[in-house]
Amino acid sequence: MTIMTPISTWQDIGALDSVPSRGARVIKTPAGCVAVFRTAANEAFALEDRCPHKGGPLSQGIVHGTSVTCPLHNWVISLVTGEAQGVDKGAVRTIPLRIENGRLLLDVSLHLHRDAA
Amino acid sequence: MSDVIVREPAKRARKPKPVATAKQRLVVIGNGMAPGRALEKLFEAAPDAYEVTIFNAEPRVNYDRIMLSPVLSGEKSFEQIVIHGDGWYIKNNVTLHKGVTVSAIDRVAKTVTTARGMVVPYDKLLIATGSLPIVIPVPGHKLAGVLSYRDLDDVEAMLLAAKSRGSAVVIGGGLLGLEAAVGLKEQGMDVTVLHLMPTLMERQLDAAAGHLLQRAIEARDIRVITKANTKAILGEKKVEAVLLEDGTRLPADLVVMAVGIRPNAQIAKDAGLTVNRGIVVEPSMQTSDPDIFAVGECAETHGQVFGLVAPLYEQASVIARRLSGDRAATFQPSALATKLKVTGINLYSAGDFAEGQDREEIVLRDAARGVYKRLVLKDGKLIGAVFYGDTSDGAWFFDLIKKGTDIALLRETLIFGPAYAGGSPLDPTAAVAALPDEAEICGCNGVCKGKITGAIAGLKLTSLDDVRSHTKASASCGSCTGLVEQLLKVSLGDTYNPAAVQPMCPCTALGPDDVRRLIVAKALKSIPDLMQALEWKTSCGCAKCRPALNYYLLASWPGEYQDDSQSRFINERVHANIQKDGTYSVVPRMWGGMTSAKELRAIADVVDKFKIPAVKVTGGQRVDMLGVRKEDLPAVWADLNAAGMVSGAAYAKGLRTVKTCVGTDWCRFGTQDSTGLGIKLEKFLWGSWTPAKVKMAVSGCPRNCAEATCKDVGVICVDSGYDIHFAGAAGLDIKGTEVLGHVETEAEAIEVIAALVQLYREQGRYLERIYKWAKRVGLDTIRKQIIADRERRKGLYERFVFSQTFVQTDPWAERVNGKDAHEFTAMADLTRPEAAE
Repeated sequence: MTIMTPISTWQDIGALDSVPSRGARVIKTPAGCVAVFRTAANEAFALEDRCPHKGGPLSQGIVHGTSVTCPLHNWVISLVTGEAQGVDKGAVRTIPLRIENGRLLLDVSLHLHRDAA
Repeated sequence: MSDVIVREPAKRARKPKPVATAKQRLVVIGNGMAPGRALEKLFEAAPDAYEVTIFNAEPRVNYDRIMLSPVLSGEKSFEQIVIHGDGWYIKNNVTLHKGVTVSAIDRVAKTVTTARGMVVPYDKLLIATGSLPIVIPVPGHKLAGVLSYRDLDDVEAMLLAAKSRGSAVVIGGGLLGLEAAVGLKEQGMDVTVLHLMPTLMERQLDAAAGHLLQRAIEARDIRVITKANTKAILGEKKVEAVLLEDGTRLPADLVVMAVGIRPNAQIAKDAGLTVNRGIVVEPSMQTSDPDIFAVGECAETHGQVFGLVAPLYEQASVIARRLSGDRAATFQPSALATKLKVTGINLYSAGDFAEGQDREEIVLRDAARGVYKRLVLKDGKLIGAVFYGDTSDGAWFFDLIKKGTDIALLRETLIFGPAYAGGSPLDPTAAVAALPDEAEICGCNGVCKGKITGAIAGLKLTSLDDVRSHTKASASCGSCTGLVEQLLKVSLGDTYNPAAVQPMCPCTALGPDDVRRLIVAKALKSIPDLMQALEWKTSCGCAKCRPALNYYLLASWPGEYQDDSQSRFINERVHANIQKDGTYSVVPRMWGGMTSAKELRAIADVVDKFKIPAVKVTGGQRVDMLGVRKEDLPAVWADLNAAGMVSGAAYAKGLRTVKTCVGTDWCRFGTQDSTGLGIKLEKFLWGSWTPAKVKMAVSGCPRNCAEATCKDVGVICVDSGYDIHFAGAAGLDIKGTEVLGHVETEAEAIEVIAALVQLYREQGRYLERIYKWAKRVGLDTIRKQIIADRERRKGLYERFVFSQTFVQTDPWAERVNGKDAHEFTAMADLTRPEAAE
């Protein structure tokens, strides 16, 4: 498998509906887990599933508005920017994700490329 | 007196009479709010100018028609809405003919003729015949039991019909129809609202806001059918059902038509006055006959017919001024504001909010909170506004509309209201201070700012409770509590020391106790409903309030509330304890700390099978398996279930363990079967959700080997029975227990403990351990309710037993059987070659 020339950038990872509203699911990738979030307003976001604080699995947090609260120490991470909110400093990588006809498409090339390099 | 007296008055016939000392005769047809106000103003300005005769088709005095809805809902009596009692008419020398209809006007003879043939002359005539309800001429519209909603007779007929507790169908989902529907529901009827258009109140709201309103109406158990085209009203002698075009048949003992009104202008038309939709009047309020005025819903001025009270009162005062000689008085319509008078539904519209090419709109929606705000701009000015959900700034916007303020500088932040006007946000106290005195603060009880600040100053009030008891502001739903507190702050300055209600979280100004009270008072049964009703500031809360709200709702509505797993911390969502590396730990129950070879063997097998890296004995007398991968959890549980073990809830804000010693089973000092009681308590109490974790212990003698005196609840067995302790802690804080009381039997001990737990469930704030709760409410108040007051204890016990019937299902077994499967599997695995292609 060559990672330098991905055939398709956008990978269908499943239906938006298979992610609970105000919840998350995990995508396993060669570069580690990606958390896919769905907000109450049916927006979807993908973040690296590691809190910038102590590596907590953000996918297990409580989703509110366009933020998630890490289950380990309650850092609040923006789903939009990946940045920690409030006084905490740090950021987690966001991964492009789009919704098309109710399906979630994740930009795998970028993610795989960068980590595999 | 100018133009009134210049014209020579006539008497009976056309024969002129000299300008006389005799008063002029003013005849008024109709006795509603508008002519009532006109006369009031006239008597103020020119008390002796006229001899007044009123003909009222209704057999009663002048009353506040806009308060009919509270009469229907039972919140007010007729006496409370009377504007002019009989005494007023006597005092002002007014002849009031109650229940007498005028059938004709002779403009040449200047007389009116009643239906009974009485002829009364006038010098000036005021027509105030109001409006008639529009009746849809479907078959059956004349059946008994089909009513309109215009006057007290209608309300009385509805109240009579409501006694049947039967079914009502309200045709028309506008302001009046919805008020009628809610009133009838309050009276115990089963109510359906039919609305021809796709959304309710489409003239005041667009589709989105209409849906919000519909949801709020439906939440009151009122059925709403939109796009409902009534085909016929069915019944033999009286109404039995309503039939829709689509064939739906709705049983009905009462049908209320509230589809609209039309000006009642027939008498004017018959008299040859100019009539368009209504009786056409000049800005002077004179009809095409200068001696005849018209006022109210029957009059058409500037091409418009007005139906709201504010412009009608303005018309009334113009007439009063004209009749008392002011030739300059004219009526200039200004913007109007309207409010839905249904407690708990906030809807406000003002000005002209129709769409148009020359208009711009600013819209703010917060769907999760059900807030909708729409501003309509024209030529750099605000001309209309519609608010749903949050109407607190209505008065401010209405003021901008009325004054025609240039909003160019405000535009950026206009929709956010006065708090942001002009750029930098004002603090909320300043925003409240800036409100005009007539701004309504408490929508439920109709209390305005001036009344509250007046009471604070005049009665020297210093607390929220004072204001509540003296003005009723914030005493009903409590959603204006924040505003009232700010008024206290504005009035009292630094001397105001609020009881320091700590808000639950930044999403609300309400403290946990207020939230709990309002959940019950407003029958809030879901998180979105709660956030809507209590005006949450965020779209869907935060990680702090959501788990708390989920608990409060669960504890308030056992069996009814649908647990919201997405509002639970991960541990309670997946029934295991998350560890620092993202793996989980698993703790099965060991009832009272007792276990067996079979259980231990099953645990050993599970540890081997799933390569669980660590096994530890806990402080609560059970075994913890640490480092289980999330996806293995259901399989681990399946094996443990197979050996008869269930979740130990080591993750729960609920009952954890009941630690015991071996008691009379083995111990030479044991006084009672402490192990047995521990097991009984654990089997009885497991599964219940509590504000924070609950740990218990039972010791068989005062040597206290089970360390019961540092637990949330502890029992020390003695020869004479059981000493029950509570409010201990051995964590962040170290605290010995307090004695709750002594009981003689095991059954009593269980009842007392269950009642205590229930009291804690009902009063405790989320994450507040028993010792903190006890400190807050007072040990004695708890002892009183649990030990001294047997009835209270019994009630608490019964509520606990009831709520337990819904929760004692092993969450592990549910998930073994497939519940929440999405939690335990990855959505996609891109590590496999075929998936990564």
